[in-house]
Amino acid sequence: MKIFRFRGGIHPEGNKDPTACHPIARLPLPQRLYIPLQQHIGEPAAPEVEVGDHVLKGQRLARHQGSVSAPVHAPTSGRVIAIGDHMAPHPSGLPVQTITLEPDGEERWIETEPAVDPFALTRAEVSARVRDAGIVGLGGAAFPAAVKLDAGNRHPIDTLILNGGECEPYLTCDDRLMREGAGYVVEGVRLIANGLGAKRTVIAIEDNKPEALEAMRAAAAAHPGIHVLRVPSRYPMGSEKQLVTTVTGREIPAGKLSAEIGVSVHNVGTALAVCRAVRFGKPLVSRVVTVGGGAIRNPRNVVVPIGTPAGDLIDFCGGFTEPPTRVLMGGPMMGQVLPGLEAPVVKGTSGIIALTAAEAHAASERACLHCGRCVDVCPVGLVPLELAARVRAGRIDDAAELGMGDCLSCGCCAYVCPAHLPLAHLFNYAKGEIAARREAQRKAEETRKLAEARRLRLAAEAAAKAARRPARPAETVETES
Amino acid sequence: MIHSPYVRKAVSVQRTMGLVLLALIPGIVAHALLIGPGVLVNLAISTITAVGAEALMLHLRKRPVAIAVGDLSAVVTAWLVTLCFPPIVPWWLTVCGALVAIVAVKHLYGGLGQNPFNPAMIAYCSMIVAFPALMSQWPPAGQLSFDTQLALILGGARDIDGITGATALDALRTGLRSGTQTVDAVLQGSAFGALGGRGWEWISVGYVAGGLFLLAKRIITWHMPLAFIGVLAGISTLFWLLDPGRFASPLFHLASGGAMLAAFFIVTDPVSGATTPRGKLLFAGGIALIAWLIRNFGAYPEGIAFGVLLMNMCVPLLDMKTQPPVFGHHKDAKGGGK
Repeated sequence: MKIFRFRGGIHPEGNKDPTACHPIARLPLPQRLYIPLQQHIGEPAAPEVEVGDHVLKGQRLARHQGSVSAPVHAPTSGRVIAIGDHMAPHPSGLPVQTITLEPDGEERWIETEPAVDPFALTRAEVSARVRDAGIVGLGGAAFPAAVKLDAGNRHPIDTLILNGGECEPYLTCDDRLMREGAGYVVEGVRLIANGLGAKRTVIAIEDNKPEALEAMRAAAAAHPGIHVLRVPSRYPMGSEKQLVTTVTGREIPAGKLSAEIGVSVHNVGTALAVCRAVRFGKPLVSRVVTVGGGAIRNPRNVVVPIGTPAGDLIDFCGGFTEPPTRVLMGGPMMGQVLPGLEAPVVKGTSGIIALTAAEAHAASERACLHCGRCVDVCPVGLVPLELAARVRAGRIDDAAELGMGDCLSCGCCAYVCPAHLPLAHLFNYAKGEIAARREAQRKAEETRKLAEARRLRLAAEAAAKAARRPARPAETVETES
Repeated sequence: MIHSPYVRKAVSVQRTMGLVLLALIPGIVAHALLIGPGVLVNLAISTITAVGAEALMLHLRKRPVAIAVGDLSAVVTAWLVTLCFPPIVPWWLTVCGALVAIVAVKHLYGGLGQNPFNPAMIAYCSMIVAFPALMSQWPPAGQLSFDTQLALILGGARDIDGITGATALDALRTGLRSGTQTVDAVLQGSAFGALGGRGWEWISVGYVAGGLFLLAKRIITWHMPLAFIGVLAGISTLFWLLDPGRFASPLFHLASGGAMLAAFFIVTDPVSGATTPRGKLLFAGGIALIAWLIRNFGAYPEGIAFGVLLMNMCVPLLDMKTQPPVFGHHKDAKGGGK
């Protein structure tokens, strides 16, 4: 299969070996699980259990509400001991609605209904099972998977891409998953292809994961519609836009969904979850998390119930060898700082990475040299140094004109900057600012429209009145209205 | 760091500058061996002046002195100033050049990263305009002893017309201007070696070696050296083929004057140059074109410095007009392929 090249990109230190070489371990049940009601993009789930309820593993704790949302299920059997605020796994550390579960240690499953023949299910049935299982994109974005499947009804999908890129340094959860669960992943991707009506399926894996490639090739060998594609290791290969270009040569137009050009992209972890949901009727209650970084004593991948506090996971991996400068959720290129070790693992948590000072190469900021390395590596084709100068001068509109809104926040520019400018930070600020302005503009427009409608309505009423009483002089009509 | 990415490449301004200095060493060594060690004396003078001026300016501008001096950028400027000056200029001329570069061109415009013009080229141009005679005394290979060079630098007698020959570019120019000689006839003279100016051609080879090192270390990209050399070679080849009697060969142009120093160390100055890939090509190509025009038709034997300054002025426009296509905004971004 032909591979297309995307612009820019970087080759960061992978640092994957310390975790990639160990089989996935299983975390013993934690003392408490903290299950946030919003672990996905969209509306938070609405709780349907009460404090004191005993719940079974896989029982629904909160139902989805709104068109883009996902339900939340009990990761183990136990008692609901609180429904209220707990620290969110977000840099702000702000409290979010969270169900606290005290496991009873029995791991008793709720009765599940396995599909007799999952491939006989209609598209709508597949989508419904995926939605009911609370599956979201497990690559990190946590977009409800069923919504993506339903997009296949509106746009014909010709290519389904399974994203095995895992281009973020340190993360190896997808790598291990493909090595150890290739059969389930392939079955999951076939179910997704079925649900989307996709003609061909491409499983794209970066060439730094030869074992995963081998395992997936073997598992997919019996299915002629599935191509396992070796793609170059180049960050941000795992970004949807860049992966679509690499595999199909197509460019997702700005502001459009991949579905609109006939492509759908799912993560390998999502495929495994789909397989479990559709074939075995089991909801998403656990995931594989990479616990890594130089400050972790025994870095490895661990299967973790959703809601496990990050601290429990780190303790399981031997704790810290030295105080980390940063503990991150997700990879170091796009991940976020964990506000505290009591923040829980959620569906979108691909890794807990504790970095030492030496790994981070932290250095103070210097003047921009205009060396243009940021321009060379930007996968979008932006000129980050020019954008940064404008954002710093408060000229957000100028930055928007140069394409600020198309920035992926991939961080390639900041990674290579010899002056250590906080480029990605500036750009996220600017993007937030642009979004806020757009929202303000939309509101102003809305207000203007409403005011205009009111004016017209009053005028029409006045005209109607005037028409009913043609004898009255015009001045009176005006004062009445 | 309060925002991702939380890992960074182990690069810094200091490392970049350090590698540039390292890359200059082969050319400097060739220079010291073939022409004489005078260049080393002037390098020392310019380095001390530039670092001193940098520290003073930072102090006056109330900026942290130690970090900025430690980034080695002033040393790079000092070395480039010296390397484009004749190696036997008197010490005060070197001091003037370094001061112009650091004080006027760099710090009066806001310090590192802010100067629109190439500091070494402003130093060269201002000095050649102010002291045309001193700035044209290029010693021929291996004819001046170290004592003589030292005496010249430190302010001895300057009656050296007998010992400093014209440079290759100078000799060619004078020969052709006399109207009686062809390129071939002029090139028989003693100033010329196998490629360009005798001795100087091997210094050029040293610069090329350093430049290739910078390319390998990814301190510079291929765009500027290639465009500069390509355009200079292309246009000189064209005219050489049309009239070899009046125009020198591309090899001569590339190996003479400061062409190789410029290709890898001067036009590649990041601060005052273009930053986009296409902008870099146009920038360096433009310099080569202007340099060739001045060499052939202008009032000065060497035109690279003026070419650099003229193109420096075009940088904002070049960068604005050559932004790479933004992903998702291609004309055919309907999914029809790249």
